[in-house]
Amino acid sequence: MAEMTRTPVLDVATDQTMVINMGPQHPSTHGVLRLLLEIDGETIVRIMPDIGYLHTGIEKTCEAKFYQQVVPMTDRIDYLCPLTNNLAYCLAVEKLLGLEIPPRGQWLRVMLNELTRINSHLVWLGTHAMDIGAMTVFLYCFRERENILRLFEAVSGQRMMTSYFRIGGVAVEPPLDFFDRVKKFNDAFPEHVDEYEGLLTKNPIFVNRLKDVAYISKEDALALCATGPTLRASGIDVDLRRDAPYSGYENFKFNVPTSTVGDVYARYLVRVQELRESQKIVAQALEGIPEGSVKADAPKVVLPDREKMKTQMEALIYHFKIVTEGFTVPEGEVYQAIESPRGEMGYYVVSDGTAKPYRVHMRSPSFANLQTLPTMCEGRLIADVVAAIGSIDIVLGDCDR
Amino acid sequence: MALEPAVTDLEQLKSHAEVACLLAWNAAAVEGAKFDRNELSIYVERTALRGACTTLKNDAALHYDALADITCVDWLPNDPRFEVIYQLFSTVTKKYLRLKVRLSGDNPAVDSLTPIWPGANFFEREVFDLFGVRFNEHPNLTRIMMPDNWEGHPLRKDYPVEGYR
Repeated sequence: MAEMTRTPVLDVATDQTMVINMGPQHPSTHGVLRLLLEIDGETIVRIMPDIGYLHTGIEKTCEAKFYQQVVPMTDRIDYLCPLTNNLAYCLAVEKLLGLEIPPRGQWLRVMLNELTRINSHLVWLGTHAMDIGAMTVFLYCFRERENILRLFEAVSGQRMMTSYFRIGGVAVEPPLDFFDRVKKFNDAFPEHVDEYEGLLTKNPIFVNRLKDVAYISKEDALALCATGPTLRASGIDVDLRRDAPYSGYENFKFNVPTSTVGDVYARYLVRVQELRESQKIVAQALEGIPEGSVKADAPKVVLPDREKMKTQMEALIYHFKIVTEGFTVPEGEVYQAIESPRGEMGYYVVSDGTAKPYRVHMRSPSFANLQTLPTMCEGRLIADVVAAIGSIDIVLGDCDR
Repeated sequence: MALEPAVTDLEQLKSHAEVACLLAWNAAAVEGAKFDRNELSIYVERTALRGACTTLKNDAALHYDALADITCVDWLPNDPRFEVIYQLFSTVTKKYLRLKVRLSGDNPAVDSLTPIWPGANFFEREVFDLFGVRFNEHPNLTRIMMPDNWEGHPLRKDYPVEGYR
């Protein structure tokens, strides 16, 4: 096989500038992102992101799997918010099937989704602060994140690749002490956010590194398809949880933090506020979680409980059929977008009436947000690139798929 | 929740402002429409795509000002083989709309949307890389996921899942 080449295309016209390479192995690119920087002294003239190092062809693999087998693939796209991806995919297939999930299942999904958002934002906050030079925050954030991962482990058996949401509900009823543990974590969490904010929000070193850096205007953000906190920090008030509610989000009260400033500091403030809002949603979900089943009553789609499967012939037959030949999904196509911690996570699923999806496309927020990087950084110093990358919060697994 | 049958009759779908708006702009540009599972898709004639997007973006009431996604589906062995799919979103009305363009299998090409939304750049490069659909007037139409000297377009249906060995 011929040797594979990567795109090295930045032709420099004059001797005034030079091209340097940042990444793909670089601690502050948050994964395997390669940036080609054309610089004039310390100033950036042009910047070109080069991605694809983590491309694993997940969309192609999905076409060869049964619908239910795609769920674990979705974990692996954005490894910081696996449950969000599970949810987006499950909602898309449920929409294709016309399946309604019982309220308890929906509430659980919302609760876990907000915990995932907290988890993802904690990693962002820790690494972003560390890029700027504040080491302590990283340790504090990972201390809380550890608690969230333990909650995920309790509910799904896995710390990161959870696959807990299934088509038609969630995998199993959570363990008995689960809600108490979530409550304990959630009640203590606002104090922790105060702690992070105490270290950062008014810290002159941190503020000077972030204020007026990597500015992006409202118009540019929209034109460049920015999404999520990056878009909201530039003054466009879009949050799909509120604007296109899914999974019962219309029953929850929360604010959508926005800012009109559009610099790195604004994006920092928006995300920190989101931590507090997510905490409130988890509290509401804990308080109002309804009784009942966590799975839809659809024996041809949802696997039966273990006990039923072992004692009832009919359940055994359904179990056998779902596992061996999957379930068929009526022809059609849907685009289901949800608000992931990074922005709009959309799944476009096409069914041709068989048990395997004809096409699964993931519209990932990191991929869209990465395009704003050149606009943010050109004309600024190299050191600002690190702050800008941290502020758009990309996950390269999500970007490359 | 039973599924309702899809509505494909253009006359019936005129009640949707999006369909009415495009028909009023250029009736020849609309090849068809579908309303299914609460989602509206409009088939747009290949050469009219850019005009249709501009019309929808500038319409004061509809205001489809954001491009959410571009992707493609390969319907081999059908002809036209490719469907390029555009998801538009309005930050004002918070509604989604799907535009589709049908392309034939040999030398598929469609106008790039980068003059309207510069952010279409990456999405179109991805479709070019994985499906081999060309986008006219794209500023940098190169592979984005696969290496530059890769042979074939992996998401086409005639490309084996394990790849060529």
